[in-house]
Amino acid sequence: LTTLESPSMIDREQVLHVARLARLELTEDEVGRMSEELSAVLGHIEKIGELDLDGVPPTTHVVEVSNALRPDVVEPSLAREVALASAPAVADGGFLVPSPQADADSGLR
Amino acid sequence: MSEFEPVIGLEIHVQLSTHTKMFCGCALAFGEPPNTLTCPTCLGLPGTLPRANEQAIHFGLMIGLALGSDLAPRSIFHRKNYFYPDLPKGYQISQYDEPLCRGGQLGDVRIHRVHLEEDAAKLIHAGASGRIHGSDASVVDFNRGGTPLAEIVTEPDVRSAAQAREWLTLLRTTLRRLGVSDVNMEEGSLRCDANISIRPVGSTELGTKTELKNMNSFRYLERGVNAEIARQEALLRSGRHVVQETLHFDPQTERITSLRSKEEAHDYRYFPEPDLVPVATSEQMLAAARDAMPELPAAREERLQSLGISAASARQLAWRTELGDYFEAALAAGNSPVGAFIQPLANWVCNELVARVGEDDPNASNVTPDALAKLVALVGSKDVTVGNAKLVLDRLVADGGDPAAIVEAEGLGAMGGGDDALEPIVAAALAANADAAEKIRAGNMKAIGAIIGHVMRETKGRADGAEVTRVVREKLGL
Amino acid sequence: MTEGRNTPSDVTLLTAAAALAAIERGELSPTELFEAYRSAAAADELNAYLWVAEDAHDPAPPGLPLAGVPIAVKDLFCTEGVPSQAGSKILEGYRPPYTASVVARLAVAGAPLLGKTNQDEFAMGSSNENSAFGPVLNPWDRTRVPGGSSGGSAAAVAAGSAPWALGTDTGGSIRQPAALCGIVGLKPTYGTVSRYGMIAFASSLDQAGPLTRDVTDAALLLKHMVGQDDRDATSIGFPGEIELPRGDSLKGIRLGVPEELSGAGVGIEQGVLDAFNATLKLAESLGASVETCHLPHAPHALSAYYVLAPAEASSNLARYDGVRYGRRIERGGLVGMYTKTRSQGFGAEVKRRIMLGTYSLSSGYYDAYYGRAQRVRTKIADDFRAAFDRFDFVVTPTAPSVAFELGSKTADPLAMYLNDYCTVPMSLAGIPAISIPNGLSDDLPTGVQLCGPAFSENRVLEAAYALEQAIGFENLAHPPRSRE
Ligand SMILES: [Mg+2]
Ligand SMILES: [Zn+2]
Repeated sequence: LTTLESPSMIDREQVLHVARLARLELTEDEVGRMSEELSAVLGHIEKIGELDLDGVPPTTHVVEVSNALRPDVVEPSLAREVALASAPAVADGGFLVPSPQADADSGLR
Repeated sequence: MSEFEPVIGLEIHVQLSTHTKMFCGCALAFGEPPNTLTCPTCLGLPGTLPRANEQAIHFGLMIGLALGSDLAPRSIFHRKNYFYPDLPKGYQISQYDEPLCRGGQLGDVRIHRVHLEEDAAKLIHAGASGRIHGSDASVVDFNRGGTPLAEIVTEPDVRSAAQAREWLTLLRTTLRRLGVSDVNMEEGSLRCDANISIRPVGSTELGTKTELKNMNSFRYLERGVNAEIARQEALLRSGRHVVQETLHFDPQTERITSLRSKEEAHDYRYFPEPDLVPVATSEQMLAAARDAMPELPAAREERLQSLGISAASARQLAWRTELGDYFEAALAAGNSPVGAFIQPLANWVCNELVARVGEDDPNASNVTPDALAKLVALVGSKDVTVGNAKLVLDRLVADGGDPAAIVEAEGLGAMGGGDDALEPIVAAALAANADAAEKIRAGNMKAIGAIIGHVMRETKGRADGAEVTRVVREKLGL
Repeated sequence: MTEGRNTPSDVTLLTAAAALAAIERGELSPTELFEAYRSAAAADELNAYLWVAEDAHDPAPPGLPLAGVPIAVKDLFCTEGVPSQAGSKILEGYRPPYTASVVARLAVAGAPLLGKTNQDEFAMGSSNENSAFGPVLNPWDRTRVPGGSSGGSAAAVAAGSAPWALGTDTGGSIRQPAALCGIVGLKPTYGTVSRYGMIAFASSLDQAGPLTRDVTDAALLLKHMVGQDDRDATSIGFPGEIELPRGDSLKGIRLGVPEELSGAGVGIEQGVLDAFNATLKLAESLGASVETCHLPHAPHALSAYYVLAPAEASSNLARYDGVRYGRRIERGGLVGMYTKTRSQGFGAEVKRRIMLGTYSLSSGYYDAYYGRAQRVRTKIADDFRAAFDRFDFVVTPTAPSVAFELGSKTADPLAMYLNDYCTVPMSLAGIPAISIPNGLSDDLPTGVQLCGPAFSENRVLEAAYALEQAIGFENLAHPPRSRE
């Protein structure tokens, strides 16, 4: 139960790559801090690498249930005003977003 | 320079025709006003959870059975994570390394796997409306979002664009026959992507493949695949190489463009969907799927051939389900002996009827299977000539009715063999076409056309061509 | 209560079960009770509430099992038309169009919504300092944290501004704040309470549970929370009924004390350990046997947890993209909108966990992190199964320390994560665990945790009740008026 010091395992480039995947934008400061903090946490976590886990099945669910299927029966949908009520921007009965195509064209996507 | 051989694998997304979406109870419908078929779950609202549609699983199992796949006793859903406005949760619930079905074969193409997933919503490009700081905008409609999809992935067994098209036709017929999908490429309920690479003939190594998307008709599939094969050949022949990428085929210009040239490499971060439990295919579920299986096109083709129908007709009838159904109804309605009747009936359905109803369902036409069976029987008994039977069919298509009654009312009955009335008409025809008669006598049987034409005009087509020939020969002493 | 004998503030001194009994006897009107709590909640100075009901609308019809005793609900439970923000700026002002199954179930049982309680953003935290709406103060000492992430619920119950409250527990988020605030907190067996409508942190671990003043109230509330829900595929309900505990003996009960979670060198504060050991003595005096046991993989639980929970969270939080609800910040096209919205909408800890989870799921790392962590999870569940072959319950201190000073651990994420050292193993195993007040250390509450096999809630409650009676804890954070 002690805080471990560990060498930086996740560097700047990796932080930026992961941030891109997660659609997060980090300031220069945050990149540095994130690199240190994540490295420290990962240093702690990596101890599970020492365990012998050969042949141990993974646990995805602690509950032993399967299927839990839904009958193919129609349930009422939301009124459109309700569906759109919390949307930050709306047009033509839909959720308005900046076009992904525009990003793709400018190579941003 | 060596010849190249294309190696093509297909990935087909099929919208399943369940009543409700894959993971919520919203109704499925095409063409409703945007965002009228949504609920907290398919909008990805905070706190909502998916529940898998049992009918979609049932349809998935039926597809697996139809393709001869191994049905997994246990399969699980995974999350495929990426950001896009048509993906409300930021991940698609799909299947990854434990799909519902593995392996199988349809026709000459092996199946790699079949899995279930949810469809994305529809993104409508709103153009440079200036609504968002002057930049381009899109509008998202979540009606389609969450539609159940079966993704069918083939092994790279396809060797040409034409084969791809033909095989997809077989798949479509099979799925339609199963009743699991509308399989309409234009409306997007059947979508096909192709993984394409080429290699020198004789080589067993695979070349670098590209993924070609957006071929939303059978024609475009063939054209798109051909265009990509040509593009890759040109690259290799000029000493350049193929880059692994996703491509978009524009059917208007027939141009192929890169979809994500500058995009970062995809990293979908698949992991097991913790909100869903495994699908354990029970004996009961399997039995239900087996019980629901209709006769599939491949089996039907075989059965029709065994009845004595030509290979070409059998394939046409088997691969176009509604045509086959029509044919079988007509066959059942006819009381002629099957042996002599069956191939003519097949010809009338596959040629004459199809020529008149086109792509429409013949079962919905004015010609009942019973009427067609009667008409073909009238031709068989030589009570109507083939030519006049076609006129009767025109009438049936236009107005329906009973063929015998039409023949009677229009006086289209055949004059019949040994009919004395034919002799004077033939004699008159020979007299009026002395040139032709002379040529026939000299051994040029082609000239008989003029005589037959004359007789047909005189008899309004009621004469039998063979009978006319017999009388001509007799009169000319041949 | 009869007019004149009690002032409205007095009714807030009753436990929920006592208030319920008073209503049933006709001595207390549910409207009066609601109003007393409504004014207490509205006057709350601990920042425990993010929303308080403006008035008691329709009084509960008579005859309902919970008779109109109101409930405070953690912000992350969706409540139709009522702000449900999960403590996050990105959902500021968000009012969902539907109500979480468990909240709806309680409403049907006669527990109206009193208010929404503050929490760590998306339930990520152990101090409530990660709320976008400011930290919650510990009613025992306002310079200290109430624990987290259900800190608002714990503080409200401890301070008497709610009779009881709903919390959620992913790695200790009910039990740890309960311990730090001197109340009872129960994390049920995973799957017994529906998760539908709970804004998700880590789906395979999240579980709703009661925060109450005593064990009886915990049983009473849980009784009306459990049940299979068709809207949650992972929900299984509870076999049988939750019963109200009554026993006062631990005769024949075998308690296992895991070396790994309570031994020397684990880093538990001396005062907490002293209180813990005193309670073990007390348990023996009630007839229990107390023996050391082993959970060999428990020391790795926190590591596995900090792989699995952030991984699931990174995916669960992808939906906050500014398209359909919540905050949106526009700049530079679609990707610009995504990144601005998320970078400004999420707090530092949430971003840290999204980064951690995204990293451990990313290409090339899955097997080393996520895959391994799932296997560790299996081993931890196996450890508990083996322990329960020999023992009825496993007991540990709930948290390694008493409530700490605001700001004292915010700079060191790992130190903060260690708060959950004793509670995370049970979360990974999906088993029920309860924390009950265990006396004071430095005038601050400590907690003792009892856990049993899956679905052993009734036995856990029974044993916790017996211990509670023997410990005789007095809640000084909610002093009777006569003392003032
Ligand atoms: Mg797919
Ligand atoms: Zn829906």
